Amino acid sequence: MSIRVVGLQKKLGGNHIVRDVSFEVRPGELVALLGPSGSGKSTVLRMIAGLETVDAGEVWLEDRRVDTLDVRERNVGFVFQHYALFRHMTVGDNIAFGLQVRGVSADKREARVRELCQLMGLSGLADRLPAQLSGGQRQRVALARALAPQPSLLLLDEPFGAVDAKVREELRRWLRRLHDEVHTTSLFVTHDQEEAFAVADRVMILSQGQLEQADTPEGILDRPATEFVARFVGDVNVLHAVAADGVALLGGLRVPSETAGAVHVVVRAYDLKLWRAADGAAGHATVRRVLPLGDRVRVEAVLDDGQSFHAQFPRRSSLLHGVEPGGRVEVEITTSRVFPARS
Amino acid sequence: MKPFAPLRWLVLAWVGALVLLPLAATVAAAGALGFRGLVDAVTAPAAVEALWLSAWTGCIATLINVPFGTAIAWMIVRWRVAGHRWLSALVDLPLSIPTLVVGILLVALYGPASPLGGVLEAAGVRVAYARPGIVLALLAVTLPFVVRAVEPVLAELDPAEEEAAVTLGARPAQVFWRVLLPPLLPAMGAGGVQVFARSVAEFGSLSVVSGNILGETLVAPVYVLGEVEAGNPGGAAAVSVVLLAVSLTLHPLSRALSRAAGAGHV
Amino acid sequence: MSDRWVRRWVIGLVLAYLGAILVVPLFSLLSVVVGAPDRAIDGLLRPEAIDALTRTLTVTAVVVVGNVTMGVAAAWLVVRDPMRGRAALDALLDLPLAVSPVMTGLSLLLLFGRNGWLASPLSSMGVVVPFQWPAILLATLFVTLPFTAREVILVLRELGTSQEEAAATLGATGWQTFWRVTLPNLRSAVALGATLTAARALGEFGAVLVVGGAIRGRTQTATTFIHTAMEERQEEAAYAMSLVLAFLAILLLAALTALGRPRRSP
Repeated sequence: MSIRVVGLQKKLGGNHIVRDVSFEVRPGELVALLGPSGSGKSTVLRMIAGLETVDAGEVWLEDRRVDTLDVRERNVGFVFQHYALFRHMTVGDNIAFGLQVRGVSADKREARVRELCQLMGLSGLADRLPAQLSGGQRQRVALARALAPQPSLLLLDEPFGAVDAKVREELRRWLRRLHDEVHTTSLFVTHDQEEAFAVADRVMILSQGQLEQADTPEGILDRPATEFVARFVGDVNVLHAVAADGVALLGGLRVPSETAGAVHVVVRAYDLKLWRAADGAAGHATVRRVLPLGDRVRVEAVLDDGQSFHAQFPRRSSLLHGVEPGGRVEVEITTSRVFPARS
Repeated sequence: MKPFAPLRWLVLAWVGALVLLPLAATVAAAGALGFRGLVDAVTAPAAVEALWLSAWTGCIATLINVPFGTAIAWMIVRWRVAGHRWLSALVDLPLSIPTLVVGILLVALYGPASPLGGVLEAAGVRVAYARPGIVLALLAVTLPFVVRAVEPVLAELDPAEEEAAVTLGARPAQVFWRVLLPPLLPAMGAGGVQVFARSVAEFGSLSVVSGNILGETLVAPVYVLGEVEAGNPGGAAAVSVVLLAVSLTLHPLSRALSRAAGAGHV
Repeated sequence: MSDRWVRRWVIGLVLAYLGAILVVPLFSLLSVVVGAPDRAIDGLLRPEAIDALTRTLTVTAVVVVGNVTMGVAAAWLVVRDPMRGRAALDALLDLPLAVSPVMTGLSLLLLFGRNGWLASPLSSMGVVVPFQWPAILLATLFVTLPFTAREVILVLRELGTSQEEAAATLGATGWQTFWRVTLPNLRSAVALGATLTAARALGEFGAVLVVGGAIRGRTQTATTFIHTAMEERQEEAAYAMSLVLAFLAILLLAALTALGRPRRSP
C-alpha cells in the first residue's frame, strides 16, 4: 500500500513543528525519515498513524484519505521507541493482542503467534514476560506485535534507539531481511544516518519541520540538494569563499562554483587529498595535528587564508608519508558542493 | 561507618520502653486469662458482634475507596484536571486532620440537629449515630491510602503502551480493561489492604459518629474502651490482641503487594 | 466523543463523593460555628478549654523534639549501623501504625497501672503515670514514633553511602560527616516527619483518653475536651474546638504540601 502525504502541518503553542511536508512512499518500499532531534520527523510519523491530529494537509493510504479517521480504522502497525510492550502480558499475549481485540478466534491467534515467533526468532519465548527479555528480543516482540494483525503499513519510531550499538547493527540487518520477506510498506524514523543509509531504499531528510531532500542513499550522498543536507550527511568541512567567473578561491585552491559572490564550500573529509609539499614548493596549508583514530588517521590543517579543515585517510595510506605537525602540504579537493552563503 | 555504642543503647531503650514493653504487657494480660478465658472473652456475644461490625464496615469502606481512590489518582496523574493540586491537598487532609474531628464534621452535617440530618431523619434515613455514619467516617479517614498507592504506579506507566493498544485496534474500553488497569491491580490491592487495616483499628471518628449502641453500632475498638471502663482489662486485652493480629497479618501483605506494584514505598 | 462523557461522569461522581465525606461536612461545621459566634467564643474561652489546648500544644512541642531526634537516630541505625537485629528495629518502628489507639492506651495502662510491671518501681520513686500528665506524653510518643523514622529511612536508603565515604576520604570524622554531609541531605525528610508528627500529636485521641482519663485540669487535651463537651451536650464548645484543630491541621497540611507529598515512591 502506498502512502501519500500532502502539505502536512502541525503547530504546537504557536510554533510550527511540521510545516508543509509532502512526500510519497511507494508500495513495498522501506523508507527512512532522517533528521536531527526536533526536526519534526516523529510528529510526521505519528500524524500518519493518527496518534497526533493534523492541523492542515492530507494523508492518503492508497486511494483512501485517512487524516480524519480514528487510529483504529487506519490499520497501521506502529513500533515504539521504547517498545511499549504490555508488561503484564506474556510475549504470546502481547503478539496476539491486536488479533484478540478484533475478535479473531483463539486457534487462528495461536497459529499466527507461532508463525511470527518463528519468523522473528522468538520461538520458545512465548510464555516469558517482557521484563525477562533482552533489549533486542523486546524490540523483535514489538515488531511481531505490530505485524500480527497484518497491517497495510508499518511505522517505526526510532526502532533501534534503545538498544546498544552491537545489537543495533544486528537488528538493522535483520529488519532489512525481514522487509525483503514480508514486503509491508514501511516508514521508519531515525536520527542516525548510518542506520538510514544501511537499511532504507530511500531516505527523506527533514529539518525544522521541512523536507530537505528525498532520494536514494547514493543520491543523497552524491547530490545533496541543500547545504543542510550536505552538512548533515557525513563528516564535512564548511569553508567560506568568494566566487566569481565560475570559480571559488580558497587560499591558493580553486573550486568550481556555479554561483557568484559569498559562498560556502562543503567538502567531505574523505573527498580531500593532501601530501607533503616537495622542498621548494609553496604548498597550500600547514598541518596542525595528526590524530590516529583506530584504522583511520585524521589530519587537521590550516589553509593559507586562515581557515582550518580536516581530512581522513586509511591508516596505511601512502599520502601520509612525511605529513607531520608544522609541515607544509599540498591540497587537492576531489569533490565539493558550493552553496550561496545565506546570512 | 563506625558503630557508636551509646547511641545504639539509647535508641533501643527508647523504642523498647515505648513500644515493646507496653504491647508485651497487653499480650501478657490476655495470656493471663488462659486459653479458655481468652476464647470466652473473644467469643462473648458483644465482642463477636463488635468484631463482626468492624469487619464488614471495613469491607464496605475498602470496596468503595478502591475504585474512588483509583479514579482520584487518575484525575490527578492522567487527566491533570483543573485544580488537581487542590484535589491532591484535599486527599492529604485526613492525614493531618484529627480523626475525632472527622467524626465531629460528619455529625455537624448529618447529625439530627443539622438541617440535612433533619431532612434525612424525616425520610426515615439515619446517618449519624447509625451504621451509614460508620462507613462514611471510615471512607473519610482512609481516603489517602488507595490514591497514594496508585499514583506513583500510574505516573510511571508509559503512555506509549496505551497508544500501542490503540494502533493495534483496541476500543477505549478494551484499552482500559486490558492494558491500563492490570498493571494497577497490585497497587490497588496494597491500598485496599491498608484501608481495611486502618478501618478495623479506627477509633476517634467512630467514637463520635457511631453512637456506640451495643449490638447496633458498637465497633471493636470502642468495645475495647467499654471493657476498660467497665473494669475488665483482661477482656479488653483479648479483643485488642485479635485486632493487633489482624493488622500484623495485613501489614506484610500490603508491603508485598506494593513491592509487586513496583512502587518502592510501604 | 464518548471518552469525554466518561470523563465528565467520573469527575462528577468523584467530586460528589469528596463533597459528601469531607468538603460539605467541613463547611457545615464552619457554618454552625460562624452562625453562633458568641457561643463558640464563650466555649473556647472557658478556662478548661484554654487549659486543654495549652496542654495539647505543650505535649506536641515536646513530642516533636523527642521523636524527631530519636527518629533520626533510629533511622540511622536501621540503615547504616552494622548491628545485628536492625531488621527487627525497622519492624518495631512500624509497629505503632498497626496498633489501634485504644490498644495503645490500654497497653500503657496495663504496664504502668495497678499491678503493672513498672507500677511498683515507679511509685517507690514517687512517679505515677496513669491519669497523670506523663500518661499523655507517653501515649503521644508511642503513636508518633514511626513518622520521622520512616521518612528518614527512605531518604537514607536512597542516598547511599558514597557521599559519606567521600567525606571520610577527605579526613572528616564520624560526627563531622554526620553534621556536615548526612544531616543536610535529610533536611526535608526531617521537616516532613516533624510535620506529620505534629499533626498526629495534635489530633491523638483514643490513646490519651484511655490512659489519661480526660480529667479536667490534669489530663484533658483538646481532643478529649471535644469528646467531653459532646457528651455533656455542649455542641458549640465541641464544634469551636474542632474548628481550631481543623484550622491547625490545614496549616500543617499546607506545610506538608509545600514539603512535597508524604511517602512518594523514590
